[in-house]
Amino acid sequence: MSNHSHDDHHGSELGEMQLRVRALETILTEKGYVDPKALDLIIEAYETKIGPHNGARVIAKAWVDPEFKQRLLHDGSATIATLGHVSRVGDHLVVVENTPQVHNMVVCTLCSCYPWEMLGLPPVWYKAAPYRSRAVRDPRGVLADFGVSLPKETEIRVWDSTAETRFIVLPMRPAGTDGWSEDRLAELVTRDSMIGTGLAKNP
Amino acid sequence: MDGVHDMGGMDGFGKVEPESNEPVFHAPWEGRVMAMNRAMGAAGAWNIDMSRFSLESLPPVDYLGSTYYRKWFLGLERRLVALGFIGADEVAAGRALHPAKPLKRGNFKVDDVQRVMSRGSFTRPPQGPARYKPGDRVLAKNMHPKTHTRLPRYVRGHVGVIERVQGCHVYPDTSASGAGDNPQWLYTVIFDNQDLWGADADPTVKVSIEAFEPYLEPA
Repeated sequence: MSNHSHDDHHGSELGEMQLRVRALETILTEKGYVDPKALDLIIEAYETKIGPHNGARVIAKAWVDPEFKQRLLHDGSATIATLGHVSRVGDHLVVVENTPQVHNMVVCTLCSCYPWEMLGLPPVWYKAAPYRSRAVRDPRGVLADFGVSLPKETEIRVWDSTAETRFIVLPMRPAGTDGWSEDRLAELVTRDSMIGTGLAKNP
Repeated sequence: MDGVHDMGGMDGFGKVEPESNEPVFHAPWEGRVMAMNRAMGAAGAWNIDMSRFSLESLPPVDYLGSTYYRKWFLGLERRLVALGFIGADEVAAGRALHPAKPLKRGNFKVDDVQRVMSRGSFTRPPQGPARYKPGDRVLAKNMHPKTHTRLPRYVRGHVGVIERVQGCHVYPDTSASGAGDNPQWLYTVIFDNQDLWGADADPTVKVSIEAFEPYLEPA
C-alpha cells in the first residue's frame, strides 16, 4: 500500500489487528506449536541484525576486488558464503551488474520475493501494487518516482523474481572514491541501489 | 490462478511512494505475524508454495485492500484452520479448545530460530536433461491453471529467449497442492518490452522472468 493509504487505514486497522494477532498467538502458544520467546528472537533478528548492511559489504568488496567480483557474478551464493562475517545465505542468489550501458531493476510482480538475507525485509513500496504493476512495463517512470533519471540510451533490464532465484544489483562505483576502504565504500551503497530503484551515493 | 495478485502491467495503482526512514515493522503486530508465519512454515505446517497460493486465493477485495502484513495474517489464519492446526471455534474464542495436531518438524522452539535465518535450498536432482539452452527461442504457454503457477499473465503467448539455465528446482505448481517436489529445470527467459506491451512501449527496456520448463514450448 502507498504511504498515504497506509496512514488512512492505520488507526482502525491497528485496533482490529492487535486483537486478532494476539488471539492467534495465544492459540498457537497454548497448543504448544510455537514458543513466544522464539518469535521474539525472529523479530529481533529482523529489526537489528539482518539488513542492507549485509549486501553493502558484498558490493563494496566487489568494487575493490575484481577477482571477487567475477566470482560473485558467476555464483552469488557460493561467493558470498566465503565471506565469513556475512550471515548465512541460502542458495540461488544472483548478482547482476549495472554498467553505463545497462541498468538493472528487480521486482516480484506476483508477490514480494526479495533477497532478504542480504537486504533485510523488503520495504512496503516493493510489496505494493504500484511497483509490482509498473516495474515490468514502465521502469523509467518508476525510477522517476524515486527521483532517478538515466540517459535515454541506457538499456533497462527488469528481473521479475518469479521463482526462488533472488537478484541483487551491483550498482556502479561512484567516481571520486579511489583508494577508499571497503568500510567507507559500503556506506555509499544504499538499499535502493541494490534493488535497482536508486544509485549508489556520491561522495 | 489468474488472480489479482498477478499484477505485472496493470494500470491504475498510481505512483510508487517510498517512505523515508521506514521502520521494519509499522506496529508490533506486524512482527508477530511475520514471526508466526516463519515459525509455522519452518515447523513443516506447509511449504512456501502453499503459503503463496493461500494469499493469491484471498478474496480480491481483501487482497487489494489490505496492508501487506494484514494479508499475511489473513492467509496465516486461513491456512491454520484449513489444515486443521487450529479450529474456527478457537479463532472465535481467542484461545485453544482442542488438542494440538502434530507438526512435521515438531513444535517451534528457541533452538529452531537459527534455521529461519536463511532460506533453504530449492535445488533438487533433475528428472531428465534440460530441454533448452541459452539462446533458444521459447514461447511462454497460453496456460491458465486454476491452481498455483508462477507464470505471470503478461508473458503468456509471447516469445522470449533463454538467457540462463538456473538449475533444477522444486516445481511450485505441483508443490502448492502438496503433490511433491516434481523438480523441473528453471530458466531465465528474456523478453523485449515492445513484444510484451506494444509498439508504444519503451524500446530500451527488456524484461525477464524465471520460467520452469513446463511453462515453455520451442518457438
